[in-house]
Amino acid sequence: MAQAPKRPAGRAGMKKELPEKFKSYKNVWVYVELERGAIHPVSWELMGEGRKLADKLGVDLCGVVMGPEGEGIEHAATEAFAYGADRMYICADPVLTDYRNEPYTRALTDMVNTYQPEILLLGATTLGRDLAGSVATTLRTGLTADSTELDVDADKSLAATRPTFGGSLLCTIYTLNFRPQMATVRPRVMAMPEAQPGREGEIVRHPLGIAEGDIVTKILDFVADATSDDANLAYADIVVAGGMGLGSVENFRHVQDLAKVLGGEYGCSRPVVQKGWMPADRQIGQTGKTIRPRLYIAAGISGAIQHRVGVEGADLIVAINTDPDAKIFDFAHLGVVADATKVLPALTDAFARRLRAPVSTTEPA
Amino acid sequence: MAEHFDAIVVGAGPSGNAAAYTMAKAGLSVLQIDRGEYPGSKNVQGAILYADALERIIPDFREEAPLERHVVEQRMWCLEEKSHTGVHHRSDDFNEEKPNRYTILRAQFDRWFSEEVRNAGALLICETTVTDLVKDEAGKVIGVETDREGPPIYADVVILGEGVNALVGQRAGLRPELKPAHVALAVKETHFLPEETVRERFNLAGEEDGVVIEVMGSVSSGMVGTGFIYTNRESISIGVGCLISDFQETEISPYSLLDKFKSHPSVAPLLKGSEMKEYVAHLIPEGGYNAIPTLTGDGWVIVGDAGQFVNAVHREGSNLAMTTGRLAAETVIQLKVEEKPCTEANLKLYRDKLAESFVMKDLKKYRRLPDILHRNKQLFTAYPKALAKAMQTFIRVDGTDKKTKEGQMVRALRDARGGWWNVITDMFKIARAWR
Amino acid sequence: MDASDLDFDGLNIVVCIKQVPDSAQIRVHPVTNTIMRQGVPTIINPYDLFALEEAMRLRDQYGGRVTVLTMGPPMAEESLRRALGLGADRAVLITDRRFAGSDTLATSFALATALSKIGSERPIDIVFTGKQTIDGDTAQVGPGIARRLGLNQLTYVAAIDMLDQDRAEIVVRRRSEGGVQVLKSALPCLITMLEGTNEIRRGTITDMLRAARAELTVWSAEEAGVEDLMMCGLRGSPTVVKRVFAPSPREDKAEMLAVEGKKPAQIGDALLDMIFVQQPKLEADLLAAPTPNA
Ligand SMILES: Cc1cc2nc3c(=O)[nH]c(=O)nc-3n(C[C@H](O)[C@H](O)[C@H](O)COP(=O)(O)OP(=O)(O)OC[C@H]3O[C@@H](n4cnc5c(N)ncnc54)[C@H](O)[C@@H]3O)c2cc1C
Ligand SMILES: Cc1cc2nc3c(=O)[nH]c(=O)nc-3n(C[C@H](O)[C@H](O)[C@H](O)COP(=O)(O)OP(=O)(O)OC[C@H]3O[C@@H](n4cnc5c(N)ncnc54)[C@H](O)[C@@H]3O)c2cc1C
Ligand SMILES: Nc1ncnc2c1ncn2[C@@H]1O[C@H](COP(=O)(O)O)[C@@H](O)[C@H]1O
Repeated sequence: MAQAPKRPAGRAGMKKELPEKFKSYKNVWVYVELERGAIHPVSWELMGEGRKLADKLGVDLCGVVMGPEGEGIEHAATEAFAYGADRMYICADPVLTDYRNEPYTRALTDMVNTYQPEILLLGATTLGRDLAGSVATTLRTGLTADSTELDVDADKSLAATRPTFGGSLLCTIYTLNFRPQMATVRPRVMAMPEAQPGREGEIVRHPLGIAEGDIVTKILDFVADATSDDANLAYADIVVAGGMGLGSVENFRHVQDLAKVLGGEYGCSRPVVQKGWMPADRQIGQTGKTIRPRLYIAAGISGAIQHRVGVEGADLIVAINTDPDAKIFDFAHLGVVADATKVLPALTDAFARRLRAPVSTTEPA
Repeated sequence: MAEHFDAIVVGAGPSGNAAAYTMAKAGLSVLQIDRGEYPGSKNVQGAILYADALERIIPDFREEAPLERHVVEQRMWCLEEKSHTGVHHRSDDFNEEKPNRYTILRAQFDRWFSEEVRNAGALLICETTVTDLVKDEAGKVIGVETDREGPPIYADVVILGEGVNALVGQRAGLRPELKPAHVALAVKETHFLPEETVRERFNLAGEEDGVVIEVMGSVSSGMVGTGFIYTNRESISIGVGCLISDFQETEISPYSLLDKFKSHPSVAPLLKGSEMKEYVAHLIPEGGYNAIPTLTGDGWVIVGDAGQFVNAVHREGSNLAMTTGRLAAETVIQLKVEEKPCTEANLKLYRDKLAESFVMKDLKKYRRLPDILHRNKQLFTAYPKALAKAMQTFIRVDGTDKKTKEGQMVRALRDARGGWWNVITDMFKIARAWR
Repeated sequence: MDASDLDFDGLNIVVCIKQVPDSAQIRVHPVTNTIMRQGVPTIINPYDLFALEEAMRLRDQYGGRVTVLTMGPPMAEESLRRALGLGADRAVLITDRRFAGSDTLATSFALATALSKIGSERPIDIVFTGKQTIDGDTAQVGPGIARRLGLNQLTYVAAIDMLDQDRAEIVVRRRSEGGVQVLKSALPCLITMLEGTNEIRRGTITDMLRAARAELTVWSAEEAGVEDLMMCGLRGSPTVVKRVFAPSPREDKAEMLAVEGKKPAQIGDALLDMIFVQQPKLEADLLAAPTPNA
């Protein structure tokens, strides 16, 4: 069942009656995801969104970050201020060196219980989802996963909107009588805010109440991905993607060629992955990556809703499709009704000439 | 230890379900096997359900079965490029307590029927394709092989309700390959429309009233075939089917044929603004009586489409399927009771039961028709044209006196066939075929 | 489940599966914007099949039993039978009107309760869930269950490297941002399996017959061991769905490039121009950037 809207009417009409114990809960929190010394950009995307919510509510925007002592975590705080945080809660401890559910859940729940935020936002990353799930359960509060839109309504409660039923519908979800109101948001769904370097804020340090000895799960090793395609695709400025319309795995070299000339990344639709023409981490859309490039070129992609939700954030969407009625033209900015297998090479060539980049063709994928 | 059942039923369509249900109810141990992901998942039908055949199997089916609408109006259209001439019959009598015809969605209907079969005590396994029949040294069919790992499964009798393709029967050499002239290929689309819209467009008063439109004429572009439009609760089914042999000759693509049908001025407004849900293609056996294969042998029986049991003229199939399935089951039950083995000789009983039933009587009645239609395409071209022309002449008020008009109409008919002689022979052929 | 089911050597594994509407076939009512469930077939949540297969592989290697558990309407029995047909040993359905409208918290509560009941008959070694469902799509029920039962939580598991029953130890590879964590943890644990990690097997004809005959264990809320009904269904769900609506169509459609009589090359040039007209800054930046493969 989860959040599938069984019957929207359900308790929707129900009047909000916040229990006493929660009345004191205040402020918007954003979980700043620090892993292996790096901060996941989704943290700042959330910070930008959290700022808006905090301003609407007239409360503080706070960040919470965990990890080992060292400049990594201090640096995270400074950046957080630059991205709009008023206060940072820091829990630094060697036990938190690598992410593990146990100590992280412990630390975050402790801090929530101590400082009582009304809203807590996390990135819908492997870390964020792992942590949010167990924290929400421990706190017995509501959690809206993969929100695509956040707002506060008249009575100041968080309205989190997310896709449901495979993206064919959207639903707006409230956590009426519990605090904090928790939500996760997928990377790239929210825009990256402008940083204001030098912006300052308050720092609160919180001790971790758990020792290595009490933790069952140990980290034996970390194997970094050879190619960190993951990040690149989601954060690329230019993305060229191909769909079933390309007809064959060979034709995907046209997609790769164009991406290469533009110094961008390439992706694909889901069936292409299911066909084994492209690896799963190249899939764009609801069950793949969400992207927000400045330029997105979709070739031979019909534009099904599940694909659409993953690309709508792009500044400029260009669609090449033989079918003038293809759904993709409903949300693309520029459209060409033509055979992508012919247009792609031509476009690659055009760009190459304009950008003085030699066209080097890839071997068929 | 090897699995053994009183009967194995191949297929969970109307025929297989009828057979499995009837035998299970009678206490036989029945295993039913269907290749679909779930029963009916791949099955295609217009679809109209004829209550009578099902009522004889499950008398109170109306309480549970997923029925879309009951038919209160039948339209028969003769289509021409820009027109249709029709006979409509609507009657409040059809709003009876136990309506006679319903529109259904096969996927749901088959699911429900299959549920009933299981409740009756039969075992069903899906996503499993019967690949071959197991025979003993004497050549008697004693079980089936499937596409799954594991030993064969044995039974006293195997009932083949595998539908029109009937590959199992073919592979086992029980029946010949289908002849292109004996099968129609039908393509069909389901179009979503809000319930209210469906009711408005077909001016249906009652929540569950439905309309059926059977179409001939230009819809088949000169091939032997017909089209149909059925109203479901919140969708419309539209399709057209013609003989494979004609598709081969004319090289017309079924899809373009359906597209043409959909864009016809009389049809387009009915579909306006709808969302296409599914596009399916399926075969219909239309060889009729003369195409019926051997139906029984040592340890096996053929029912439903696999036996060519379709009355193309009246677009009846599922009811023949259910009836043949039931009769086969009753035969097996009777033999079981009399403790007789399911041999060729004993199973003759099934053929006798068929002969007495409407199934054989109807098919026999029309036995000449398929052939005649096949060899007289003018029935699908010339006459519709003439009819359209005649109707217009008749309706238009343009100062021409009625006597002259009648003359024109009669001539229109004659010229359509280049002379009265042809018209008369056509009439004669049809009449003979109908007898 | 009768006692005989319970004396076996090896692992006691439970896999949580959910029956979901095949969302590929879901349609939204053009007018009322409601889901048209009519005739939409249901399937086992695709992600759960990876969990089921992994569980069965462990069983085949170390011995034991795989129980599939689901919370859902009575018709969810179908999915359980399908799971048995795929090779699972036992199936438990918890179904109760009062579960209706459960969000992830209430769902994990109900499942956790049923799991403790199953565990009371014989301790559970591993609970598997899929990564996420395609209808709920939250990836939260797994962690929820782990938390409530105090199981070691191992999410996004790509592979199980080692399992030592006597020392109750397990080593898994866990997908995380930019790499894979190799984690050593202890049984009992909860594993949410990553997709694409294995391929679900096809049950044998014997499995299928067993599945068709199987007597499923069906529990109501009380039978599943639920004491506090306030924790179930809508009542037990802190989240409330207030509004359901269709994505708003972008009013302005795509500006189309006229292609009549143009050669691909011309189309390419024309398209490039259109792109740069819309994104002048992009052109500048691209020209500034060091040519990618120079
Ligand atoms: C729960 C769920 C989750 C999903 N998640 C995702 C997801 O994350 N991402 C995703 O992409 N999909 C997802 N899907 C699948 C989605 O519904 C669509 O099926 C999929 O996006 C279609 O991919 P496609 O457009 O490449 O293929 P098609 O739908 O087959 O479209 C092919 C297109 O190519 C065009 N074409 C054909 N030939 C040419 C040519 N020579 N030149 C140019 N155009 C041509 C055709 O006109 C057509 O429009 C999901 C589905 C479900 C049910
Ligand atoms: C477009 C169209 C419209 C129609 N309209 C009507 C109508 O309005 N009214 C009407 O009464 N009839 C209609 N018919 C005819 C009707 O659909 C058939 O006569 C009827 O479905 C026959 O039932 P059956 O059980 O014999 O075969 P089917 O319904 O085809 O069932 C065969 C079953 O066997 C299974 N199967 C096949 N091979 C194997 C195997 N090797 N192993 C395991 N399982 C197997 C299939 O999965 C299928 O479930 C229509 C047919 C079509 C195509
Ligand atoms: N109703 C349910 N019954 C059984 N398992 C479930 C149910 N809902 C969710 N799950 C399990 O929890 C996982 C995550 O679901 P979700 O949080 O909805 O994405 C699924 O892959 C299932 O394994």
